[in-house]
Amino acid sequence: MFVIIGGGGKVGTNVTRTLLGLGHEVVVIEQNRLRYESLEEEFQHRARYGDATELHVLEDAGIGRPPDIVVAATGDDEDNLVISQLAQERYGVAKAVARVNDPRNEVHFDLLGISPTVSATSMVMALIQHEVPQHELVHLLELRKENLEIVEVEIGLGAPADGKRIEELRLPDTLRLISIMREGAAEIAVGSTELHAGDQVLAILEPGKEEDLCELLLAGKG
Amino acid sequence: MKAIVVGCGRVGSALAKVLHASGWEVAAVDESEEALRRLGERWPGEFHLGHGMDTAMLEAAGIQDADAVVVATDGDNTNIVVAQVAKLRYEVPSVAARIHDPARAKFYANRGFDIVSPTSAAIDQLTEWVSGIEVRA
Repeated sequence: MFVIIGGGGKVGTNVTRTLLGLGHEVVVIEQNRLRYESLEEEFQHRARYGDATELHVLEDAGIGRPPDIVVAATGDDEDNLVISQLAQERYGVAKAVARVNDPRNEVHFDLLGISPTVSATSMVMALIQHEVPQHELVHLLELRKENLEIVEVEIGLGAPADGKRIEELRLPDTLRLISIMREGAAEIAVGSTELHAGDQVLAILEPGKEEDLCELLLAGKG
Repeated sequence: MKAIVVGCGRVGSALAKVLHASGWEVAAVDESEEALRRLGERWPGEFHLGHGMDTAMLEAAGIQDADAVVVATDGDNTNIVVAQVAKLRYEVPSVAARIHDPARAKFYANRGFDIVSPTSAAIDQLTEWVSGIEVRA
């Protein structure tokens, strides 16, 4: 696989090193002179000096071939947006992966059709929420292209699902339960699985249909 | 008539003043307090401190019912993104962005917002000037 990485900071450098270790062809572009020099020391000709949002810099890196993936990993979201747009729309790169530094900018990536995005802050927040049990519904994974998401919910005391088997719930087609975590042990959700208050349920559903799930699994929402 | 000027350097602040003088209601936006100095002590319009990509700040500046947005920060990529956000997310009727790099200016042409490229303008003017030079015999 041929990958171009825009931005050789911590993220870009580690992705470069990992991909090279897996035997892939990688070019990493960095515009800070000092940082470029240390990249060049480690990666030799695979490091390029320049602004990855400039067309001629991208072209020198080989974007015209085009690469299989472009990773926009700079510390500036506006730069990552432009790198991704140029890659996809100007050079026909099939996949652009963008780093989102400020999660508030995620809406701009969505607006401009750049997906998938990776936001360290959002991921850390999701993990924190995962550890905080009082959160009612936790978004664990978004599969944007598939228009699905995986969420975790704890069944509330007295919820409509409390004490019922899954097959009794008449789940809508837009929603499926994946697994049940009870007292530290997980099991795959099947029709005969009985649900109880306190169970941690993983579910897959279409974004926006969370209400259906909450009505069934959370107390006092029906 | 409401205009938002994002980026109040030399160009943005001068433009904000011109717009205000010609009867526009103007909200100026900049990341730095210093921009207020360039707008002048008696700047009568609004001023919002923040980055142009901050939608909460843009909304506080009234982007939802703005008739025009001008984006002239010192970053080409910021200008490119904010112009697209103004056009696509907020459907502002008239949007203009300054883009220094002629290659990016060309790529983002014809996307529903106007592009002012000072570099291209200078190249064109100087090219014209060069072609008018009378060469000594």
